[in-house]
Amino acid sequence: MATGAAESRDVPFATILKNAVLTALVALILAIPLVGFETVASGAGSLTVRTRFDWVAYGTLAVFFGRLALGFWLARRVPPSSTEPGFLTRAAVFGSLHAKEIAIVGILFAVVLPFFSSSTVVYVATSVLIYVMLGWGLNVVVGLAGLLDLGYVAFYAVGAYSFALFAQWFDLSFWEALPLGGILAAVFGLALGFPVLRLRGDYLAIVTLGFGEIIRIVLVNWGAVTGGPNGILNIPGPTFFGLPFARNAPSGQTTFHQFFGIDYAPIHAGIFLYFIILALALLTNWFTLRLRKLPIGRAWEALREDEIACRALGLNPTNVKLSAFAIGAMLGGFAGAFFATRATFISPESFTFIESAMILMIVVLGGMGSQFGVVLAAIVVVTLPELRKIPILEWEPGQYRMLLFGMAMVGIMIWRPRGLLAHREPSLRLFGRKDGAK
Amino acid sequence: MAYFLQQLINGLTLGAIYGLIAIGYTMVYGIIGMINFAHGEIYMIGAFISVISFLALSAAGVTYVPLALLVVLIVTMTFTAAYGWTIERIAYRPLRHSFRLAPLISAIGMSIFLQNLVQLLQGARVKPLQPIVSGGFVLLDSGDFEVQISYLQIFIILLTVALMAGFTTMINRTSLGRAQRACEQDGTMAALLGVNVDRTISLTFVMGAALAAVAGMMVTLYYGVIDFYIGFLAGVKAFTAAVLGGIGSLPGAMLGGILIGLIEAFWSGYFSVEYKDVSVFGILVLVLIFRPTGLLGRPEVEKV
Repeated sequence: MATGAAESRDVPFATILKNAVLTALVALILAIPLVGFETVASGAGSLTVRTRFDWVAYGTLAVFFGRLALGFWLARRVPPSSTEPGFLTRAAVFGSLHAKEIAIVGILFAVVLPFFSSSTVVYVATSVLIYVMLGWGLNVVVGLAGLLDLGYVAFYAVGAYSFALFAQWFDLSFWEALPLGGILAAVFGLALGFPVLRLRGDYLAIVTLGFGEIIRIVLVNWGAVTGGPNGILNIPGPTFFGLPFARNAPSGQTTFHQFFGIDYAPIHAGIFLYFIILALALLTNWFTLRLRKLPIGRAWEALREDEIACRALGLNPTNVKLSAFAIGAMLGGFAGAFFATRATFISPESFTFIESAMILMIVVLGGMGSQFGVVLAAIVVVTLPELRKIPILEWEPGQYRMLLFGMAMVGIMIWRPRGLLAHREPSLRLFGRKDGAK
Repeated sequence: MAYFLQQLINGLTLGAIYGLIAIGYTMVYGIIGMINFAHGEIYMIGAFISVISFLALSAAGVTYVPLALLVVLIVTMTFTAAYGWTIERIAYRPLRHSFRLAPLISAIGMSIFLQNLVQLLQGARVKPLQPIVSGGFVLLDSGDFEVQISYLQIFIILLTVALMAGFTTMINRTSLGRAQRACEQDGTMAALLGVNVDRTISLTFVMGAALAAVAGMMVTLYYGVIDFYIGFLAGVKAFTAAVLGGIGSLPGAMLGGILIGLIEAFWSGYFSVEYKDVSVFGILVLVLIFRPTGLLGRPEVEKV
């Protein structure tokens, strides 16, 4: 059909109206019980209902007119030709063509950011980087190897708790405990992964979910070691080559500000933490980008695309999956150890299924296998609830955050299953260069 | 012995509830091969709708208990089934030919969405409900310990048996059941022979949701308190039941549900209440590692 003839196309009024009425009817049925009635507490331990039928009416009308508008828009719209990519695809192609420039600008921005901003901004940026690192770690498992891990937070917890316990019982410093946390998490990954990685994709997802919950329940109930639901307090912060960040030096030690002869400021510790996680995250990124070029990285991607073909070509799927699982776990463990030292307090509440779902959401939103998309997604996911601190916005998005993210996950799977900013470019191609135009 | 008997009764009641939810998992898995992760939330919505309709009925002055139970049962099943239908239509149908993990990720998103929707609409506090059916029999009195079976437990077990009987008849005898079994074996062939596959799948979701709604209503009556988060654990447990019984098999789902209910009751009766959820997760892992086809399932052949 000629693209210029959009105006003259027939608009099927009757069909659009019928669809809108039916959709509104469904919305009405769904809304009556849960929107139409609200349970309110009355007196001690008993409930009554209050009606909110006005909400139902407004909601149904909104759905009706929304569906009507959508119907007209779909009917009038010029169908997008398949040769011309949409805006997001063009952005993704641009991103992959200029990956180096974008990365340099991004890293420069990240390096200078803490010197020109308040402690709140540094704090939020540190949180963003923790999630970037977790996202990149999970991306090895989900994005590259194609294994859906719903219990990723278990490794995060192992890293955090192992650092906290090493510091508490053996007096290890952050720099000594950090590699141990990562290694322990990797060992956990191997131990958990070995029996279950033969399972099919969706079974694997549920089993990892089970493991995540088991670890959390053990953390809650094994009070003698983990402190139970109260968690572990007073986890030491990292030191700058042996120099602690404190206003008053502990006996026999020099603090950071005394050594450099500057005034004490609490933000120094925050900036230092920020640079640690920035370095860890960049290291993670470099590590995974290099891994993708090794045979093992190729094997991950091949396995994701076709397991049976891989097996026919002599790859051992269990070993390949196990390596992805362990490396993902190790990265999660590093992030966990950093989380523990930053927060100085950990409890099982930080390691629930919702946390796993958030990390998964970052990976899905950003595009499975895309390093750059994960950064953008982590920024959105972490900063959205912080927006309430901006006084002009009365709206509190934090409350609706999970609602929006749940919707976004469904929407992305339907419209852009490769992620918002991903156009899947294989890491290796047989002929020709990466030029995006083809 | 008396204590054992009591745990057996409690376990059977719990197992009936898990079995009803497990049927939804097993049917959906049988027909489109996906784990409907949002099924636990369907059950949670069923529980909320039943609380709301009990309260609305008592506000309207209906005090005759059997009538109230019947009305609430019908209302809960109808509205929850509508939720099941809509979820399939919005979140799963567009993904039927997408890549392997897409429906599962979409289902996780749907599950998070529904949980938060209910939390926002109805509040995060737990919802208590006054006991509606009370009293019971003393089955056995061994001096210091009485074995009791409450009227409510009898009601739950009888209702489950009746629903299962009706449901099995429907799958085996009616044309809808035949269409379902045909779609399960080969969707394309069924479509060629004139079965409306989309409609059959929709109806599968509607039936699964209606059964989960009954489970939600039973839990409301049994524990007397619900919140927006109950769907997660119950969903995982019911899924474990479906896997244990052999996913895709209807009698297996019921058997698995009863076994999981018994294991949970005995575990908390004899070992520790804190780790009762770990016992269920452990079983899930063990079954999937050593016998992924479950007790009554058929071995699955992977096709290229």
